[in-house]
Amino acid sequence: MLAFILRNIGQRLILLVIVSILAHTIVHLAPGEPSLVDPSNPRMKAEDIERIRAAFHLDDPLHVQYYYWMRDLLNGDLKSFKDNQPVLEKIWGRFLNSLPLFILATLITWCVAFPFGISSALNRGSTYDKTGTFLSYFLISFPGFFLSSLLIIFIVQTFDVPVISMRTFGLEDASAWTQINDRIWHLTLPALMTAILGIAVLSRFVRSQMQEVILHDYIRTARAKGLDEDNVIYKHALRNALLPFITMFGLMIPGLISGSVIFEQIFAWPGMGRLGYDAILSRDFPVILTLNLIAAVLTLIGTLVSDLLYALADPRIKF
Amino acid sequence: MPDTLVQDDLKPHVSPSQERWNVFRRNRWALLSGLLLLGLLGLALLGKALTAGTDPVIDSATVRLTQKMLPPFSVYNQDTIAKEDAPLFGVYLLGTDDFGRDLFARMLEGTFVSLTVGFVAVGISVTVGIFLGGLAGYYGRVKLGFLTVDTLIMRFVDIMLCFPTFFLILTAVALLPPSIYNIMIIIGLTSWMQTARLVRADFLALRDQDYVLAARSQAIPEWRIIFLHCVPNAMAPVLVSATIGVATAILTESALSYLGFGVQPPDATWGNILADGRPLIFDAPWLTFIPGLTILLVVLAFNLCGEGLREAFDPKLRESR
Repeated sequence: MLAFILRNIGQRLILLVIVSILAHTIVHLAPGEPSLVDPSNPRMKAEDIERIRAAFHLDDPLHVQYYYWMRDLLNGDLKSFKDNQPVLEKIWGRFLNSLPLFILATLITWCVAFPFGISSALNRGSTYDKTGTFLSYFLISFPGFFLSSLLIIFIVQTFDVPVISMRTFGLEDASAWTQINDRIWHLTLPALMTAILGIAVLSRFVRSQMQEVILHDYIRTARAKGLDEDNVIYKHALRNALLPFITMFGLMIPGLISGSVIFEQIFAWPGMGRLGYDAILSRDFPVILTLNLIAAVLTLIGTLVSDLLYALADPRIKF
Repeated sequence: MPDTLVQDDLKPHVSPSQERWNVFRRNRWALLSGLLLLGLLGLALLGKALTAGTDPVIDSATVRLTQKMLPPFSVYNQDTIAKEDAPLFGVYLLGTDDFGRDLFARMLEGTFVSLTVGFVAVGISVTVGIFLGGLAGYYGRVKLGFLTVDTLIMRFVDIMLCFPTFFLILTAVALLPPSIYNIMIIIGLTSWMQTARLVRADFLALRDQDYVLAARSQAIPEWRIIFLHCVPNAMAPVLVSATIGVATAILTESALSYLGFGVQPPDATWGNILADGRPLIFDAPWLTFIPGLTILLVVLAFNLCGEGLREAFDPKLRESR
């Protein structure tokens, strides 16, 4: 067991190094540098560009730049190109903003997708199942920002509440209740939008898993020995159908950064996705690279944890 | 076919492809979507023919500043606009945008561009996926140094899966010069992992089949065995994921357009018409709703068609019906 864990961690560390090298190479080889963000600015002289390049070590060979990045990152004094703030602190602040959105969206996704997927697998071919299938395809086919615009207009006109950004400006002196209410309204719509895609995908997955499991012999055996239907479905079938979802858990984590770029932009939510987007616009290499690395680290930790959980949950798996 | 087999009725009544077609046809939504997509393909080619060239039949780029933001079915005004700038049939079928350009002409031009983005991106991802997946599956046991080919390629897939996809696409698209080809290539190069995994899984079983052994015994070159004999047998799941991939690529392009990194003007796509129309949603709702609902409809059609194909190609889903 311990050997298995250690080997897994070792493999993932090697993967991580390769990911970081690859990301570093892609970002640095692509044309477009921090010094070229504003090429039409007449005050930008050739000497200034030289100075900027030297200050950011952009003249050094790639592997030296990689070394500088890693050294500063590990020492914790990696600075953003744009405003010279420590990168890790910046990301941590944004991470705390993204977290409630991610948690709420995940909760909504699971609370809707699992009951929905299970019931449509049990009622296979019925109108309910067909409508559900159609509806989930309908929702994933919507361009996200189009649906968000429609929902924003609808919510604002119907309920007359503000939904853009994290909180209403100027409510700092209001009562705690008003503030909490305000925060919840701001949180609902972006979380719902992020969840919609997840619900559509996950419920399809649950449905097909459940369908496969209820055709197995042991389900027939359970029924044959006279167990009531609830027992058969929720104790025998569901447990086995849930196994693959342990592995999905790990692959969901990159969505914390990637999936939220669009919605954080639409709802002006100051989270990690938006930090990444702004960093891309200003060619802020340290922020882009560190965000990418953090996403990779989170993914690898997620897959490691889900591998271990899988091994614990499924007695057929041996180390 | 010997006579006895035919007489004994032992021959299967329907060929596999016919059986698939029957299953596909029974799914009414999938059939409808398939027909819609075929029609759309024709429309895209027609649109390309009508709007391309130096002197197109319908010019999507004509700016008519006196006829801005007219609602659909507005009749064109002959007093303020020159005769040669008139829209098709003298009517703005879908209205005009904030430059007075005919939305119908722009949507028609965008059909071709949007579908091209979808198909080329998926073409690239399928090609890379089949190539790497096929190599990993077929040469899985071959050792290069201390690693097998299979380990090497599948670890690479794992590495690619570590990147947050949309963030990676955005980074690459933003750093490279804006061009429609870059967008297609980048979407393609970041979405091949699924295909590679599917093809590898099929190849693990295919490489030990008798016909592969027979082909090898005839000294047929290995690339021919892989790409002419094995790949066609592993195509079914790839086809399904490719159909859905086109839908995803169209959605990704529209999301990039929203962020300002999509296909750049003067090329029109559904995505950038929608993104440009969004700020005008109260004054000219048709500029948002027409491209938005078009994308919804087409992406939905691709998804439903893919679902129908999945059912048709997967015997497991079929038998339990």
